[in-house]
Amino acid sequence: MDKLIQPGFGLIIWQAVIFLVVLFLLTKFAWKPVLKSIKDREATIEGALNAAEEAKAEMAKLKSDNERLIKEAKVERDAILKAANETAEKLITESKLKAREEADKEKEKVLVAIENEKRSAVASLRKEAADLSVEIAEKVLRKELSQKPAQDALLDSYVKEGELALLN
Amino acid sequence: MKTTVTYVGNWLKNLFIIAGLTSLMTGVAVASESHGADHGHGAHGEEAAHGHASAEESEDVDITEVIGHHISDGHDWHIIDINDHPVSVPLPVILYSSEKGLDVFLSSKFQHNDDGKVVVETKAGNRYVKVHEEIYFASEKANAHGAFVEMDEHHHPVNAKPYDVSLTKDVAEMLLGVSLMLVIFISVANGAKKREGKAPRGIQSFFEPLILFVRDEIAIPNIGKKHHERFMPFLLTVFFFIWINNLLGLLPGAPNLTGNIAVTLTLAVFTLVITVVNGNKNYWLHIFATPGVPWWLLPIMVPIEIIGIFTKPFSLMVRLFANITAGHIVILCVIGLIFMFKSAYVGVASVPFGVFMNALELLVAFLQAFVFTLLSAIYFGSAVEEGHH
Repeated sequence: MDKLIQPGFGLIIWQAVIFLVVLFLLTKFAWKPVLKSIKDREATIEGALNAAEEAKAEMAKLKSDNERLIKEAKVERDAILKAANETAEKLITESKLKAREEADKEKEKVLVAIENEKRSAVASLRKEAADLSVEIAEKVLRKELSQKPAQDALLDSYVKEGELALLN
Repeated sequence: MKTTVTYVGNWLKNLFIIAGLTSLMTGVAVASESHGADHGHGAHGEEAAHGHASAEESEDVDITEVIGHHISDGHDWHIIDINDHPVSVPLPVILYSSEKGLDVFLSSKFQHNDDGKVVVETKAGNRYVKVHEEIYFASEKANAHGAFVEMDEHHHPVNAKPYDVSLTKDVAEMLLGVSLMLVIFISVANGAKKREGKAPRGIQSFFEPLILFVRDEIAIPNIGKKHHERFMPFLLTVFFFIWINNLLGLLPGAPNLTGNIAVTLTLAVFTLVITVVNGNKNYWLHIFATPGVPWWLLPIMVPIEIIGIFTKPFSLMVRLFANITAGHIVILCVIGLIFMFKSAYVGVASVPFGVFMNALELLVAFLQAFVFTLLSAIYFGSAVEEGHH
C-alpha cells in the first residue's frame, strides 16, 4: 500500500504533458470562443434591456408631453372662449350705449324743435295779440277822438310833452 | 450570497437527479460484475473479479490485494477474469535508461505476470521483469522463487530500474477523458459560433451553465472582475478534467485516475506555479513583511508564510487523492464482503450499500472538482489582490 502515496515518475510526465496540451487546445478552440460568445450574448442582452428601458422612458416622456399639450390646448380654448364672450358682451353693451346715445340725441333734437316751434308760436301769438290790441286801440281811439274836445285835449298833452322834451 | 446559495442548491438538486440515474445503471453493472465473479467462484472457487496474483494457491480471496491492484496504476488495463483467464487491454511499455537506451513493447509480453518470473527480452538485448507493477532490469538467473530479481530482507527487489514512462492504464484513461473533454467542449464552442448571440442549444446548453458557474461562482468572487479572465482557461480545464475523470473512474473496470497521487501532485504543482508566477508586489509583501505584524515576530512569520506557499497546494494534492481513493476503497470493500464471507446472500446488503456509495461518490466527484477549482481560484486571488491597507 505504500506504493499508493509514491507518485509514479512516468505518470507525472504524462499528466503534465497531456494536461498542458489539453489546456492549450481547449483554451484556443473551446474556452476563448465560448467565453467570448457568453460575453457577447451578455452584452447583447444588457443592450436590449437598456434599449427597452430607454424606449419605456421615451414613451413616458411622450405621454407626459401629450398630456401637457392637451392641457395647454384646453387652457387656450378656455381663454379663447372667454375672450369671445367678453368681446360679445362688450359689443352688446357698446351697441346698447350707442343706441341710447342716438336716442338721446334724437330726443334732444326733437325737444329743441319743439322749443323753437313753441317760441315761434308764442311770438306769432304775441304779434297777433299786439296787432289785435292796436286794432282795438285804433277803434277805441277813433271813437274817442270823434268829438272835438277830446282831440284838443290830446293835442295839448302832446304839445306839453313836446315842450317838456325841448326844455329839457 | 443568497443567489450563490440557491444556485448551488439548484445544482446539487440536478446533481442528485443525475446521480440517481447513473447509480441505477452503475448499480446494475456492479451487481452483474459481482454475479459474474460469483460464477467464477462456483466454477473454480478461488478467483474474484480482480484478484489473481496471490489467490492462486488459496481458497481465500485477498481483498486487500484486489483493492490495492484496482486503485494503483498498472501496465495493462485489466478488466475481468473469465475462467481464471485474465482479460486485459495490452498497453505500450516505454522504458528509458541512459546506458540501455529506449525500449518500447506491449505490456502483454509480460503474460500477466507480476512477480518477476517472465523476462521480456527486446531486440537490443535488454531484459526486463515486472514485479508489483514496477519494471526492473532482469537478473542473469532466477532466484529460489523462480523470479529474475534479487530481493532484500523485506522482499523488495534491489535490481536497477529504467525510467518508466509507459502508457499505463491511468494514462490510457486520461487520454480517454481528455478526448471526451475535447469532443465535448469543441462542439460546445462550435455551437456557440454557429448560434452567435442566440440562446444555447443541445450539449451547449448543458455545459454553458457549468462554464458560467466556474466563472461567476468560482473565478469572479475570489479573483475579482479585473484579473479573473487570465485564469479562466486553467480553472475551466482543471474543473472539467477532475470532474470528468472522477466520473469516468466510477465506471466499473475504470482505473482510479484522480485518486492517483501523481495526477493530483501534478495538478497541485500547476496551481502552485501559476500562483507564484502571478504573485504581485502585495502578495510577496504579505509573505516577507506581513503588514500589521510587529518586526520582532517576522523571524517566525516569514518561515511560516514560506511554508504556507507549499502547504496550500500540498493540501490540494492530498484532498483530491484521499477523497477519490477512499471512495473507491469503500465501494470495493463493500462488494468484497461477498467474497470474504463466500456467500452470495451478503450481496443483499452490500449491493444496495454499494449503490448508495456510488451515488455518494457521484456527489463527491463534483464536490472535489469544485473544491479543487475553488481553492485554486482563492490562491490566485491572493496572488493578484491589490493592497488595501
